[in-house]
Amino acid sequence: MEEEHSELSNVERRVRALETVMTQKGYIDPAALDVLIDTYQTKVGPRNGARVVARAWVDPAFRERLLRDATAAIAELGYSGRQGEHMIAVANAPGRHNVVVCTLCSCYPWPVLGLPPVWYKSAPYRSRMVRDPRGVLAEFGVTLPASTEIRVWDSTAEVRYLVIPERPTGTEGLSEEALAALVTRDSMIGTGLARAVGET
Amino acid sequence: MPYVSHADIGGRRGFGAVVPEPEGAVFHATWEARVLALTIALGATGRWNLDMSRSARETLPDYLDLTYYEIWLHGLEKLLIEKGLVTSDELSAGCARLAPVPVDRVLKADQVAALLAKGAPTERASVTPARFKPGQRVRTRRTPAEHHTRLPGYVRGKRGVVERVLGTHVFADSHAQGAGEDPQWLYTVVFDAAELWGSEAKPGHSVSFDAWEPYLEAA
Repeated sequence: MEEEHSELSNVERRVRALETVMTQKGYIDPAALDVLIDTYQTKVGPRNGARVVARAWVDPAFRERLLRDATAAIAELGYSGRQGEHMIAVANAPGRHNVVVCTLCSCYPWPVLGLPPVWYKSAPYRSRMVRDPRGVLAEFGVTLPASTEIRVWDSTAEVRYLVIPERPTGTEGLSEEALAALVTRDSMIGTGLARAVGET
Repeated sequence: MPYVSHADIGGRRGFGAVVPEPEGAVFHATWEARVLALTIALGATGRWNLDMSRSARETLPDYLDLTYYEIWLHGLEKLLIEKGLVTSDELSAGCARLAPVPVDRVLKADQVAALLAKGAPTERASVTPARFKPGQRVRTRRTPAEHHTRLPGYVRGKRGVVERVLGTHVFADSHAQGAGEDPQWLYTVVFDAAELWGSEAKPGHSVSFDAWEPYLEAA
């Protein structure tokens, strides 16, 4: 534990030194760093994507626009910009499951999902998802029927992918807001499914 | 010196199990948040582009031993030194010793929202017709690149099918080398898993990636 602690302190010292030198040279405004951090900590995250999915579940015309031109459809809900400049939405359906990876780095649709989780950027996920998707999905507790076709999308260019999970059964009467609460981050990456009603 | 990317790990074995984590925590330490913010703010100086950042990170010799924000930190320091914004002595000392060099912009707090909203679209006007169309069979280039590329090793020299034409986009390979935007047609190309993984592939599994036209030839 102590070793881990001093390791962390080294990194902290290194980051502090970098920020100090950059500030002294006038290349950065530290206040801008605070705004950037606050943005990704409190404003931009997977609840944005959940609202997109819920809208697609209740509004067939929106779903159609989302599948045709996801960048424009997502912008209708106010989400756009950095790392979401060119969006494509891919819909799960009975017998068809989509899952997204970036084998070369950590490409991820920031405006709708926020910053990627650690596992998404990790070597195990990046190396294995393209080769053994069923094995990786099992580690997320997801088992699909053997007959389900799986498409793995490797985000190698500047197109960013959003998975539209299947709408859970028994949700006919739910409001859009209640539906959005069923949409998990992982279900929009493809490593999870939308929650069933009552499931936490 | 030959160009080596340590990030091209699709399909490689031996990295162990994936460790899922619940939705919620964005950063796991304060310094990670500072690194993210420093990376975006210093990117706004205009002294390099996103593809150069990726190239700086993937060529770190200890890439696979670092956590992801350490990769970003080390990559950022490397770019700053390479582009002449700072010296390694200054970074070790934690103190500026030389005068700053001119930069295109210093990002201010009140400009952050506009910067993020604008993003950096890579689509450009098409001036040539697309060489391939949906449904066409293609093969990916066989030879490894001697520079940054977005053609992963596991899909090199493989036969697939063009599924979607994505327009003309800034070509990462050229952009990373400082050779300009060199826009090229971009396609989604899909492979049957058996083409990539042979007999271990399970039926009903396909993999797609986004390929710039120079990565492809007709098959």
